[in-house]
Amino acid sequence: MMLLPCPWCGPRNVTEFRYGGRAVERPDPGTTSPERWRRYLHLQKNPLGWDTENWYHSAGCRRYFAVQRHTGTNEVRAGEAST
Amino acid sequence: MSSSSNGRTASGGNGRRPDRLRDYSAWRLFRQGLSNDEWPRAWHHHDLRSSYDVVIIGGGVHGLATAYYLAANHGIRNVAVLDKAYIGSGGSGRNTAILRSNYLTPEGVRFYDRSVTLYEHLAADLNFNVMFSQRGHLTLAHNDSSLRTMRWRAEVNKVQKVDSEVIGPDKVSELVPYLDTSAQTRYPILGALYHPPGGIIRHDAVVWGYARAADAHGVHIHQKTEVLGIDVDGGRVSGVRTNRGSISAPIVVNCTAGWSTLISDMAGVDMPVQTFPLQAAVTEPVKPFLDTVVVSGTLHVYCSQTDRGELVFGASVDPFASYSIRGSLEFTEGVAGHVLELMPALSKMRLLRQWAGLCDMTPDYSPIMGPTPVEGFYVDVGWGTYGFKAGPVSGEAMAENIATGRVPEIIAPFGLDRFADGRLVGEKGAAAVGH
Repeated sequence: MMLLPCPWCGPRNVTEFRYGGRAVERPDPGTTSPERWRRYLHLQKNPLGWDTENWYHSAGCRRYFAVQRHTGTNEVRAGEAST
Repeated sequence: MSSSSNGRTASGGNGRRPDRLRDYSAWRLFRQGLSNDEWPRAWHHHDLRSSYDVVIIGGGVHGLATAYYLAANHGIRNVAVLDKAYIGSGGSGRNTAILRSNYLTPEGVRFYDRSVTLYEHLAADLNFNVMFSQRGHLTLAHNDSSLRTMRWRAEVNKVQKVDSEVIGPDKVSELVPYLDTSAQTRYPILGALYHPPGGIIRHDAVVWGYARAADAHGVHIHQKTEVLGIDVDGGRVSGVRTNRGSISAPIVVNCTAGWSTLISDMAGVDMPVQTFPLQAAVTEPVKPFLDTVVVSGTLHVYCSQTDRGELVFGASVDPFASYSIRGSLEFTEGVAGHVLELMPALSKMRLLRQWAGLCDMTPDYSPIMGPTPVEGFYVDVGWGTYGFKAGPVSGEAMAENIATGRVPEIIAPFGLDRFADGRLVGEKGAAAVGH
């Protein structure tokens, strides 16, 4: 079983959550360049190692938070609140 | 009933086959049975040369097929295939061995149909029994929207002369009597896309057959040879560094799955790829009762029975990106529940084992093939959940691309530049289950 540390509910089984993808900054679509928007859409990194990502506690508090996860071992470190 | 009825032929058997490739025959089997002699090794160990004309990273079906067609079709024999473990240890040995060509886009259908045609002739071309069993492929529809997509796919397929049609629950029940086709289930079967040329194959035999044939043409297969870096000089690739030494090469091909972004990063090429595990499982062997491949996108499951009698189950990719290939209980519970919704009679069967492989998912569920901004560095990656069935055609096309310097028409829609131009080839509706 893989537990994710929800900052509001505590550690819960990963099946309660929805993966929100890598935590990357979204460029403002009104002012960004097509090249930057393309990189944001398609050319994100696919790292092997520790990475920061967003998760959504869909079967719990229904809030988003950030988690540090090692993509090779699925080991996780405590997340922090995210809006 | 085969997709080769559309008049096109396979490319192999061009009269330049080395003697060693004709070595397996009924007579040879008989003679070997009378003696205590060992069979000769199917492929050989070589010392690493300091330079090759082409270095292929990844010893799966894609890498070995590319090497084989480079040697057999284009006479380029000074080729090395590198694998960090053993050949076929990645996706080529972890997939569920299903072949089909009933895709959604005309580009995709044409491409995968060429692969089925090559697979139909593969045993003869390689002189190796790959056990291709064209038993028919059923994609079940449990709601109106999937039935609509099936009709769409069937029409696109027919235009490309691929045998594919939508059938009703009666015909489904006739083909697979063990399926629960009653209207009383949670997800009643409304119909199915029936694709007679689809089927299953012995995936290890495909890898070994290509390895043996490439070796007979003079290709060097280097196992336990891990690429640690790729040298790029002034926008041109110049070689690779491995744990067994450095190799200089004007052409390097990335044929890896699971590690394709990490290898491309070494050459400084960004890939629109995210890696997800996909899990599969196999039951104990039972008597043959299921002679078609059954797929349900709504229930996220596909199922076929091997020649040994085991049932092979696969699912969609795991719900989050990872390089971990550990199995999970959630997968086992899910796949068991969904299989039982389709075939309640299997409730007493026991699972033997489960495993996972890595799938490189692209934004449009189509692969990435061809040249990159780094001259001499080619990619054949992004194979998501559909790489094994495309092994022969991408090997053939990549070899042509490398030998002639021109991108063959059949893979032109799948170039890396399509993400800059916005020419995506959307195969989400047909590439895999449950996306």
